[in-house]
Amino acid sequence: MEQVPLAHLLILSSALFFLGIYGFFTRRNMITMLMSVELLLNSVNINFIAFNKYLYPNQLEGIFFTLFIIAVAAAEVSLAIAIIINLYRRFKTIDVEEVDTMKF
Amino acid sequence: MTLDNIVLLIPLLPLISFLLLGLAGKRIPVSLSGVIGSVILGTALVLSLVTAYDYFFSIGKQGSEFIPYLTAQLNWLPFNSDLAINLGLVLDPISVMMLLVITFVSTMVHIYSLGYMKGEERFTTYYSYLGLFTFSMLGLVLSTNIFQMYIFWELVGVSSYLLIGFYFNRPSAVAAAKKAFVVTRFADLGFLIGILMLGHGAHSYDFFTLIERLSMPGSSYLATMTGVTFLGMSTLSWALILVFIGGAGKSAMFPLHIWLPDAMEGPTPVSALIHAATMVVAGVYLVARLFPIFAVGAPDALTVVGYVGAFTALFAATIACTQTDIKKVLAYSTISQIGFMLFALGVAGWGPGKTEGFTAGLFHLFTHAFFKALLFLGAGAIIHAVHSNEMKDMGGLRKSMPITHITFLLAALSISGFPFFAGFFSKEAIFSAAEQGNPLIYYVGLIAGTLTAFYIFRLYFKIFWHKTPDPHAHNHEKGMWAMLVPMILLAIGAVFAGYIPFGDFVSANGKPLSLPVELSHIILPVGLGILSIVVAAILYRKENDVPQRIITALGGFYRAAYQKFYIDEIYLFITKKIVFNLMGRPSAWFDRNVVDGTVQKTGSLTLALSHAIKRVQSGKLQAYTMYFFGGVLLLVMLLLYKFI
Repeated sequence: MEQVPLAHLLILSSALFFLGIYGFFTRRNMITMLMSVELLLNSVNINFIAFNKYLYPNQLEGIFFTLFIIAVAAAEVSLAIAIIINLYRRFKTIDVEEVDTMKF
Repeated sequence: MTLDNIVLLIPLLPLISFLLLGLAGKRIPVSLSGVIGSVILGTALVLSLVTAYDYFFSIGKQGSEFIPYLTAQLNWLPFNSDLAINLGLVLDPISVMMLLVITFVSTMVHIYSLGYMKGEERFTTYYSYLGLFTFSMLGLVLSTNIFQMYIFWELVGVSSYLLIGFYFNRPSAVAAAKKAFVVTRFADLGFLIGILMLGHGAHSYDFFTLIERLSMPGSSYLATMTGVTFLGMSTLSWALILVFIGGAGKSAMFPLHIWLPDAMEGPTPVSALIHAATMVVAGVYLVARLFPIFAVGAPDALTVVGYVGAFTALFAATIACTQTDIKKVLAYSTISQIGFMLFALGVAGWGPGKTEGFTAGLFHLFTHAFFKALLFLGAGAIIHAVHSNEMKDMGGLRKSMPITHITFLLAALSISGFPFFAGFFSKEAIFSAAEQGNPLIYYVGLIAGTLTAFYIFRLYFKIFWHKTPDPHAHNHEKGMWAMLVPMILLAIGAVFAGYIPFGDFVSANGKPLSLPVELSHIILPVGLGILSIVVAAILYRKENDVPQRIITALGGFYRAAYQKFYIDEIYLFITKKIVFNLMGRPSAWFDRNVVDGTVQKTGSLTLALSHAIKRVQSGKLQAYTMYFFGGVLLLVMLLLYKFI
C-alpha cells in the first residue's frame, strides 16, 4: 500500500495551524477561542507524529511528545474553563472584548 | 563594701536615678521623684566622702606621695598589641577633688530644685536630666582613658543641651541650647583631632601611659613628636593646642565663650550646677590631667593656655561690669574666673618651685565651685521672688530676703578675694604663682581681679540696697527651706573651704606643696579689691546719677562692653555672610540641582515614558496575542533572512 507523502501531512498541519490562528483572532467568544487553541495544539501534534514516522521510524520521541501535549492540553482546558466560568460570574458575559478591566 | 565597689557605685547611682526617673517617671508620684533623685545623689555624696577619706589617708598615699589608684579596668577595644582603648576608673588627687565638688554641688542643686522647680510641668524629667548630667560628669573625671573621657565629654554636652533647652516652648531657650551644642561640638572637633594626634604619636590613649611616654625627657615618643615642627611649633604642641580648643569650648574661653551667657536660659539651679561649678571647669580639668605633657613636652602650648586664660579673665570681667541681667553678670563672672584658673595653670611649669600655679588653679576651681554655685542659687531665689532677671526690678531686697542677703554677701566677699574667705586663699595663690611665672599675665589678672570685686558688688548693691526697702514687704523666704538649706551649706563652703591645706593634697607631682600666704604679696590685690568694693558701694548703694554720668563719659567703650564687644555679631557675620554665602549656598545649589536633580530627573523621565507607552496595556486579550504573533513572525523572518 502506498503511503501518504510527508508534504500532505505538513500541509494539513499548516492549514490547521492557520485555521486556529484565524479563529483565535477573530472570535469574540472565549469558548471558541479555546477551541482554536486546541486546533493549534493538534496541528503541532500532527507535525510531531509525521516527522517521527517519516524521519526516525525506529524512535518514539515524537509520539511521547504528542501524548504529553494531549495531557497538558487536557489540564489547560480544565483550567481555562474554570477561568471562563469565573469571568462569566463576574461579568455575565464570555465576550472577550467586554472583559478588559485589566489595563492602565 | 570595698573601695572598688564604692568608686564604681558613685557614677552609677546618678545613672540609676536617670533611668528610674526617665523610664518609670510616669508611675512615680511627682512629689516623690525629686526626693528620690536627691536621696540617690546624697548617697553618692556620702560615698564620695568615704572615697576621698580612703584615698587621701590610706590607699593613695605612698610615702609622702599620692599615686593614682586604678579600678574597674575593662579591656574594651584592643586594636592590636600596640594600641587599645580601655575603660576604667581612676582615683588620683584631682579626680577625687572633682568627685567631691561634683557630688556636693549636684546634691545641693537637687535639694534646691525641690523648692525652685516645684509645680513645674516636667518636674520628673528635670530630675532625670540632672541625674544624666551628674553621671556623665562623674564619668568624665574618673576616666582613665582620653577616649573614654571624650565619650563622657560629649554626654555632658548632650545633657547640658537638654537642660538649657528645658523650657522648650520658649524660642530663646531653644536657640540657646542649640548654640551651646553647636559651639561646644565645633570645639570638640579640635579635641578629637588632638586626641588622634596624641594617640598616633604615643601609641596609647591611656592617660598614664601618655603622660609616661610624653613627659619623660629622653623618651623616643617624645623625641618623635617634638622633632617635627609646623609653623614653628612641634607636633606635640599642636596636638595639645587642639585638645585645649576642646577644653576652651566647654570652659567658654574667648573666642568660644559666646554660648555660656545664652545658656542662662536654662533653669537657674542648672546654671549653678553646669554653667558655674562643674561642666565649665571640664577644660581646666582636662589641662590639669595632661599637665605633665603640657609642662614638659610643650611649654609653648601651656603659654598659649595662659594667655587665652588671662585675656578671657579680663575681657569677661569688663563685660560683666556692664550687664543688667543678673544671671548674665554671673555668667561673665564665671567665664572670667575660669580664665583665672587656666592662666594659673598656664604660668606653672615643671620642676621644683614652678608647680605652684597648678595647685593654685585647681584650688581656685575648688573654692569657685562653692561661691559661684551659691551666687547662682542666690540669684535663683531672687528671681523666684521677683519674677525678673533685670536689676532694675530689684533693689532693697535685704529686708525681705535676709538669709539670701547674708549668703550672697558671703559669696560676694569670697569671690572678690576679701581676706580670710575661701576665694582669698585661692586667688592669692594664683597671683603669687603668676607673679613668679609671667609678669604680664600677673598684671592682667590683677586688673581682672579688681574688676571682679567691682562687678560682684555692683550686683550685690543693686539687688539688696539701691532702693529703700518697702517696709510693708512680706518675707519672700517663707516656706523656701528646700532652697535655703543648700545655700547655707554652700555658704559654709564659700567661707571656710580656703582653710583646707589644699597643697597637701593636690599638686602636679603628687608631693605635698605648701601655698604660702605672704603679706607683701597680698597687699596689692586685696587693697585693690577693697577699693573697688568701696567704689561699688559709693556708686550703687543709694540711687544717684553718678553711674549714668560715668557711662556717658565712657561712651563708645561702655556701649561696646554692654554689647559684649560685638563678638556675637562677628560670629553672625562670619557664619551668615561668609560661610553661608561662600560655602552654604553653592553646596545647597549642588545638592538641589545635581544630587537631588539626578534622582528627580530619573523619576520624572520614567514617569513620562510610562505615560507615553501606557496605551499598549489595553486589556484586550486579542491585541496582546496579535503583538505576540507579530513578534514571532518578525523573528521568523529574521531567521529566514539570516539562514537562507
